[in-house]
Amino acid sequence: MTKKTANLRKEGRAKLTGRALYIDDMHLPDMLHGATIRSPIQRGLLKNMQFQGDLPWHEFTIVTALDIPGQNFISMIENDWPALVEKKINHHGEPIALIAHRDKYLLARALKFIHLEIQVLNPVKDLDESLKKKEILYGDDNIFKSYLINKGDIDQVWQQADYIIEETYNTGAQEQLYIEPNGMIAKYSEDRGITVWGSMQCPYYIHRALMPLFNLPAEKVRIIQTETGGGFGGKEEFPSILAAHAALLAMKSGRPVKMIYSRAEDMANTTKRHPSQTHHKTAVNKEGKILALDIDFVLDAGAYATLSSVVLSRAALHAAGPYACDNIRIKARALASNNNPYGAFRGFGAPQSIFALERHLNKIAKAIGKTPTEIRRLNFIKKGDSTATNQIIHEDIDFNHLLDLAMEKSHYKKKLLEFKEYNKSGFIKKGLGIATFMHGAGFTGAGEKYLASVTTVQGTPAGTIEVLASSTEIGQGKNTIFSKIVSDALNISEDFVCIVNPDTHLVPDSGPTVASRTTMVVGKLLQSAATALKETLIAGQKLKPKYTGQEFSQAIKNYIHEFGALKSTTQYKQPNNITWDEKNYQGDAYVTFAWAAYIAEVSVNTLTYATKVDRFTAVQEVGHVINKTLAEGQIEGGIAQGIGYALYEKVLYKDGAMINNQMTNYIMPTAQDLPQMAVHFAEDHKDYGPNGAKGIGELPIDGPAPAILNAIENASGMAMNFIPMLPEDLMVAMEEQERNAKS
Amino acid sequence: MQKVNKINLHCTINGSKKNFQCYPMARLLDVLRENNLTGTKEGCGEGECGSCSVLVNGDIVNSCLIPIVQMQNKEIKTIEGLTNEQTLNKIQLAFLKYGGTQCGICTPGMIIAACKLLEKNQNPTLQDIKTALAGNLCRCTGYSKIFASVLAACQEQRP
Repeated sequence: MTKKTANLRKEGRAKLTGRALYIDDMHLPDMLHGATIRSPIQRGLLKNMQFQGDLPWHEFTIVTALDIPGQNFISMIENDWPALVEKKINHHGEPIALIAHRDKYLLARALKFIHLEIQVLNPVKDLDESLKKKEILYGDDNIFKSYLINKGDIDQVWQQADYIIEETYNTGAQEQLYIEPNGMIAKYSEDRGITVWGSMQCPYYIHRALMPLFNLPAEKVRIIQTETGGGFGGKEEFPSILAAHAALLAMKSGRPVKMIYSRAEDMANTTKRHPSQTHHKTAVNKEGKILALDIDFVLDAGAYATLSSVVLSRAALHAAGPYACDNIRIKARALASNNNPYGAFRGFGAPQSIFALERHLNKIAKAIGKTPTEIRRLNFIKKGDSTATNQIIHEDIDFNHLLDLAMEKSHYKKKLLEFKEYNKSGFIKKGLGIATFMHGAGFTGAGEKYLASVTTVQGTPAGTIEVLASSTEIGQGKNTIFSKIVSDALNISEDFVCIVNPDTHLVPDSGPTVASRTTMVVGKLLQSAATALKETLIAGQKLKPKYTGQEFSQAIKNYIHEFGALKSTTQYKQPNNITWDEKNYQGDAYVTFAWAAYIAEVSVNTLTYATKVDRFTAVQEVGHVINKTLAEGQIEGGIAQGIGYALYEKVLYKDGAMINNQMTNYIMPTAQDLPQMAVHFAEDHKDYGPNGAKGIGELPIDGPAPAILNAIENASGMAMNFIPMLPEDLMVAMEEQERNAKS
Repeated sequence: MQKVNKINLHCTINGSKKNFQCYPMARLLDVLRENNLTGTKEGCGEGECGSCSVLVNGDIVNSCLIPIVQMQNKEIKTIEGLTNEQTLNKIQLAFLKYGGTQCGICTPGMIIAACKLLEKNQNPTLQDIKTALAGNLCRCTGYSKIFASVLAACQEQRP
């Protein structure tokens, strides 16, 4: 057994030498380039389309909705998202037609000579207009989906409360900003059907979307993942629409078609994090115990339903946080508007509702004369308590311990005193802010049961092991983690383990690569499959219970020689102790949670109004950590995105179009902007997942924004209740405060 | 439309002499990628993300902003010119060991930028590293592991 590759990123060498092949690095003979003709307005009716100018139009392949062989929708939760506009235009940039040519420069030129005749209709621009039913876009009230979670009876509490505290919190849209834009290549032939290669998180989502669109059976749609340059949710559902477009052009032209979005096209037209508004009304007694939480949460879902109902669900299920409270009402709604459809983004609704709650806790603390740590300690959930859905916490979670660790590692008490002194003079004000939170791992409720994911571990005639799953490597380290889990279960070197690239003709559906589920759920399935494979070899007397890597390899060869194949498949079965009532939103919302206490240290410059995060401490309980380097990488990357979410990343719209759709004016953190990060894993509990490894990917984006805004309040006294919170926002607020102080 | 003629371009790429027939305003990035050097990536096309970083006569540039006409008789080095998969250099090895690459799309540019830094300064401070890499955006790592990788590469370089 060699140590050489242990724990190192499996595909690392290819990435480090530029040999890893991403979709834009791939070229097929006779390939055309495809482009999208988009709506220039937010809402209207398509009347006509003309191809003008002195261009050789006969050389172009042009596809409209009329060319769709099957049904014109991208199959998702609701089948309302058309692949191409037929008549009604519901958002700016909505795809109307597709065009392809072998010369990509001529293609770009042709786009300028396509004239669209559109009857303009009044758009619904934001949450407020949608709530007021300015125009009805969906159903009779613009509500795509609503949930009501009820625990106890909040209405009986208001009378006995010592304090009732109310506030409204807002969060903006956020672009995933994977550095590799979305891209696909499609090929079609009558006998083989459609093959699509591309950058994606969920090959089987695309597979399911293309079958009804083309009216083709499963075996005639093949989806293959190429190396994927980041996803963060942005390549969860959106790639289905781009794959559909490339495939439509390929079918009509009879040639392979490549569609790669430019950065500007990608930013303006792909799904982003949902903007949200949360209203909190909270009853508290004078000791600081929360008696009732009344939470009203709304999301702007945009023009189509996409995954908004599931995002809304996760937001609602995280809205009451890791706090024990007997009376909770959470009313959550996702609303239709004429904005670009919002979609999946790391955290999936939780960062929005957690931002509101964690800011609100600080408001409560201030109102009743407690510190931010006291209010949290007084209300932390613990073993035996129940969540908003009456899910009993069986894990012996010690939140006080997590908070203690975070305070110790950030020198919280000492610095709080120092900063109080420091802030007495000068224009830089320093402060500390806390967020304590949890993130449910895996699909919500019965989600995993319905997914019923399948994985396979098989031997090869060469005596190696192949891992088959549709879970994608998107930078998070799936290849490395799967390799480690399987090689550990088999007690062999990782060098014997090959992770088969996701291809719907070769791998089973192990579910989408989302929801912090890949290691915990799929990894666990692989562990079982690998163990079963080993037991087969031992039971078949091909292997002794104790063996070397070479003996194992030989045993595989012998087994295959004798029986033809060695294959072990496992399918997810929900543990019996999980119960979930989807109708009333009661029961075990998640099989387990990751828990965290984050502390931000900031400097607020009261002359420039700029906020800088100086240090960030992240303590989390995620069960067993399989690979510390990868796990820390997930946390640090999530914190970076969270800092961007809080302080830099603002999507600017004009008439429904994103107008800062460039990296020059949509600002993400650079190497110069980020603080020193202290990441610590408390591996206290190993109750779920392979060897107790829980989900981790999304957790770190939940905490930074509220921790930072809490720190800003601690530093400057400014209670800012929305993100992104830019220097100009702080300036307006501080100037207003000054004016109020004077008058 | 005014007709633009292709030009004859001579340059050296990764040590070999090359001749191209290309439009003068074609981007260096496209010329490289169309000639099988796809290790250089396009992230933004406007000189902001640094994924397309290459070395021209030893200077680091964003190849998406360089018209090929400027490359007449120049020496260009891309990620493919550094090493191969078997013999990673010290910086690449450190990135592998310390988690400096995740999705990998910014990695070739990041490696070029780190190599350029270490060529000038074998003992950089953390701030030197941040300054040198500020033109290379990474959305996965939060940069911490990249800084750690570069620092580790320096330590290994020292005798």
